[in-house]
Amino acid sequence: MTHLKKYWPLHLMVLPSLLFLIAFSYLPMGGIVMAFQNFKPRLGITGSEWVGLDNFRFLFEREDSIQVIWNTLLIAMLKIIFNLIAPFTFAIFLNEVRKELFKRYVQTMVYLPHFLSWVLLGGILLNVLSTDGGFVNRILESVGFDAIPFLMDGSWFRFTVVASDIWKEFGYGAIVFLAALSNVNPSLYEAAEVDGASRLKQTLHITIPAMLPITIVVGTLALGNVLNAGFDQIFNLYNPLVYDSGDILDTFVYRTGIIGGNMGFATAIGLFKSVISMVLIFISYRAAYKWANYRIF
Amino acid sequence: MYHKTLSYRVFTVFNTIGLLLLSIACIVPLIHVLAVSFSAKSAADANLVSLLPVDFTTEAYKKTIDNPLFLHSIWVSVKRTVIGTALTLLLAFLAAYPLSKENSEFKGRSVYAWLFIFAMVFNGGLVPFYIVMQKLHLIGSFWALVLPGAVNIYLTILMMNFFRAVPKELQEAAMIDGAGHFRTLFAIFLPVSTPAIATLGLFSIVFHWNSWFDGLLYTTNSHQFPLATFLQTVIITRDLSSMSLDPTSLALISQKTVNAAQIFIGAMPVLLVYPFLQRFFVKGLVLGSVKE
Repeated sequence: MTHLKKYWPLHLMVLPSLLFLIAFSYLPMGGIVMAFQNFKPRLGITGSEWVGLDNFRFLFEREDSIQVIWNTLLIAMLKIIFNLIAPFTFAIFLNEVRKELFKRYVQTMVYLPHFLSWVLLGGILLNVLSTDGGFVNRILESVGFDAIPFLMDGSWFRFTVVASDIWKEFGYGAIVFLAALSNVNPSLYEAAEVDGASRLKQTLHITIPAMLPITIVVGTLALGNVLNAGFDQIFNLYNPLVYDSGDILDTFVYRTGIIGGNMGFATAIGLFKSVISMVLIFISYRAAYKWANYRIF
Repeated sequence: MYHKTLSYRVFTVFNTIGLLLLSIACIVPLIHVLAVSFSAKSAADANLVSLLPVDFTTEAYKKTIDNPLFLHSIWVSVKRTVIGTALTLLLAFLAAYPLSKENSEFKGRSVYAWLFIFAMVFNGGLVPFYIVMQKLHLIGSFWALVLPGAVNIYLTILMMNFFRAVPKELQEAAMIDGAGHFRTLFAIFLPVSTPAIATLGLFSIVFHWNSWFDGLLYTTNSHQFPLATFLQTVIITRDLSSMSLDPTSLALISQKTVNAAQIFIGAMPVLLVYPFLQRFFVKGLVLGSVKE
């Protein structure tokens, strides 16, 4: 009681957020039981037939869902790797620019795509990557190449998804690296200069080591995304022609569950994804805390 | 001095050119779309437009603005952005204060922290969420676009970390003067939080303006679509059946130039707040990670 007397304002402040979390985060978690049912909306959660782990068995037996898991892993891993390498490299090169104005101009341009939604970028990409006179293919053809079916051919589709994601995110991703570099004590470079170290040597022994701690943090935290291949992007870029190589868990859940009405199965896929992601996130945060003393909460 | 060596000067030239090309590559698609939107329909259909409009005309914008469905979707987007952002800011501002306390200062803090963290890393998935939205009678309601995302855990954490950086002396002085927690929050924290609130607000505005999937899932007809969802159905899915349009408007909607104009109008608010965004979001990112 004395606790409440002293702390009630603090409890009251969290209360509104808590109610929203209960309604829109914790209540849906109760729906997870559908993963163990042959769920029929008509019968509801109490009336639907229990099927044990059947839905999960389907997930690993059906050819299409195995392909979907593989697509998800492949696309997500490629994104994780290149979304680390690209901003890292970009930050090193931008760090060599001495003219502040030019530096700021480049930053302004490369951060921009991050803030545009995949609906708009999808609309733009469908247009410029089209084989039917799209801007990019017109350029390719004018220098003597064949038009490339970026969005119409399975293997090109994966390439397009990964490449366009890097295009959208590398600038924004570089911010944390540039922040790390702005904390480097200039006297380190001056001392290296006096010792006659070339700029390349300085980059190898000062610039890159300065970025390593944050690289470890970013890389580790990205582990939680191993099953996140990017719903917004793929949903807005794919078409039935490339389902074989471009369909991922999230798009598959939407098509099976919401469109196809196979709700129990779709819930099971979602649960599979959620559980694995959660475990990975906890592991990665622990690791980031241990290795780089990083904590978020 | 390495700046003066020949090899470094050659490197600088190539580096500058490389970065210049990279920066252009990031906005060239947008410029192309802008050029198409101001071109004549015939030129756009014949793929003659590159980076400058061909046979300049504002016809596409006139047609876009003549479409009542398009205008209405802008209104829905503005509504959800304003109401949604206000709600998110209020909730984050209130919840961040108790969460920013040390576990020793506020017993119970760790329970709340875990409830927030767990909700961030785990979710019931799309289908159970949809069922809950049905049960709450939110399908087909405007509030389906605002309420589910009202608590933005990521932004609450940003706010919490900002509060942690507020000097303890300020709070203690207020407490000694007899101010309660609410007084402290609104009289001491609110005035010093303007940069944090601006950062959160901009993040939230962009989030709401860009959200499209909820508009697709939780609406029952195209008159409830926010702009992003409208654009998704018209430009990406080309699902015109749900639009209940007469043949003339149908023909109009599938035009390249009109699509380009719609994309550009959709990007405009983000482009307009972008200068402010840039100033604040770096700060926001730095706020997001406390390093000890």
